[in-house]
Amino acid sequence: MSTKRMATYYWMTIPAVLLFFLFLTLPAIQGIFYSFTNWNGFGKEYDFVGFRNYVSLFTDNVVGEAYWFTIKYAVVVTIFINIFSLLIAVGLNSRIKFRNFFRGVYFLPNILSVLIVGYIFNYLFSNVFTVWGQSLGINALSTNILGNESLAWIGIVIVAVWQGIALNTILYLAGLQTIPGDLYEASSLDGAGKWREFWSITFPLIAPFFTINMVLAMKNALMVFDQIVALTNGGPGRATQSISFLIYTGGFEGGEFAYQSANSVIYFIVIAVISILQIRFLQRREMDM
Amino acid sequence: METHKRTNWTVNILIALGTIVVLFPLYMAITIALKDPQQMSQSLFGLPTTWRFDNFASAIELTNFFQAFRNSALVTTATVILTLLTNSMVAYAIGRNMDRKFFKGLYFYFVSAMFIPFPIIMLPIVKLTSSLHMTNLVGLTILHTVYALAFNVFVYVGYIRSIPAVLEEAATVDGATTWGTFWRIIFPLMAPINATVGILVCLSTYNDFLLPLIIVSDQNMYTLPLVQYIFQGQFNTDYNLAFASYLLAMLPMIIIYLFAQKWIISGVTRGSVK
Repeated sequence: MSTKRMATYYWMTIPAVLLFFLFLTLPAIQGIFYSFTNWNGFGKEYDFVGFRNYVSLFTDNVVGEAYWFTIKYAVVVTIFINIFSLLIAVGLNSRIKFRNFFRGVYFLPNILSVLIVGYIFNYLFSNVFTVWGQSLGINALSTNILGNESLAWIGIVIVAVWQGIALNTILYLAGLQTIPGDLYEASSLDGAGKWREFWSITFPLIAPFFTINMVLAMKNALMVFDQIVALTNGGPGRATQSISFLIYTGGFEGGEFAYQSANSVIYFIVIAVISILQIRFLQRREMDM
Repeated sequence: METHKRTNWTVNILIALGTIVVLFPLYMAITIALKDPQQMSQSLFGLPTTWRFDNFASAIELTNFFQAFRNSALVTTATVILTLLTNSMVAYAIGRNMDRKFFKGLYFYFVSAMFIPFPIIMLPIVKLTSSLHMTNLVGLTILHTVYALAFNVFVYVGYIRSIPAVLEEAATVDGATTWGTFWRIIFPLMAPINATVGILVCLSTYNDFLLPLIIVSDQNMYTLPLVQYIFQGQFNTDYNLAFASYLLAMLPMIIIYLFAQKWIISGVTRGSVK
């Protein structure tokens, strides 16, 4: 290839590389750098403190609670999103009328702002679900669960599942549509029940979609931020502070710039490890099936 | 098979019932936006007896809706166009030279950023954008476009490598430059994947809250989600006003969805399954 041709290829990428370095790699390096200092984010001076921030993180209850909340929340959200969206996708893929209309409705939440959906549900939790709880005589529902320290996280789970089902349903549906119909005909002849048919034919064939959906749902849930802002602001108390919410409030409002930088480095490692483990584990399962 | 041809009514009814769960919050949002407090206390769930379009007028005035809409529309449109033009070009150069160390390295450099959670760069990026005077709509557009590279390089390179190189070789023989070949031959061939990327970028930019929250400080530059956040205090318990404002903010995307539903669904599916 001529050097002129090669030169063009280089020029096509170099501006992007520089911008990517400036706005992504450099801030990441700065974040790691500040995590070894005691900078508050606005003052002129700071000192190097070595690993002190990291050591403090592991003994800090506020941080521990944020990790516990985020991971518990992410696991529950991932499980429920995948159960419901798989059920809905199987339903949409069977012989039904108005399938395209229903598909359109189930996907609708995916195009809406997470923050605004959160605000709408905030109202429903305080003014609508409580009315139902009172008239049905269900104690747990008759007061706003977002104001209850031990139940508020469930409220956030409900909102995230309501919205997250949309994307995963469409992906499962795409997976189901790749399965040729005659596979089922063969199995019906064998007299296989629907339940067995699902586990022995359908599920193994959509295994790659299961992997994608688990990883996507988990990663989104671990980053939860908008829902927290709209629903609880981290409360009551600190009951629903997610990790990204804590980094935001501590870093910008609490003068903990360096400390929360260290927190975000740990957070990055946690997300990377979870994603890699998930992908490995699920892909091994794919091969076993 | 008989059972496979007839409509499965049990499933059909269950699927129809399920849509109630999806539509109920939206039904509440629409009806509340059209009622006044008195109607709300009479019937929480009923349709409005008289339609109070005044709520929308007040919401537009209070939140300066048209300005926020203009900001959101500008950032979204500019990001989509800039992303399609630049990200596809970068991916083309990478995809056609994957046998060279430099470009292969670039591929992994961009793609590995998909694993970086935004909070790790959130604190330093605020310092950086303010020192570069980028705390505005132009800054938002540039950041969205740059951050989109990680995922888009991944999606685009996969697609470009499925386009046979023979086409470009023929153009080269005819004396076309690399630059000309890309824009005249390859870019038009990328229409399906451009649609996918365009839709994903449009949705994520329009609905993004965190990036505008941390970098935009000038009130005249607020985007629609940011405005809802800023006005929470003023909406207070005036739910009719608040919901009118929420609906207005969601409406542009809902309208686009009504017209381009099929496109959007297939675009998003293709993008995620890649």
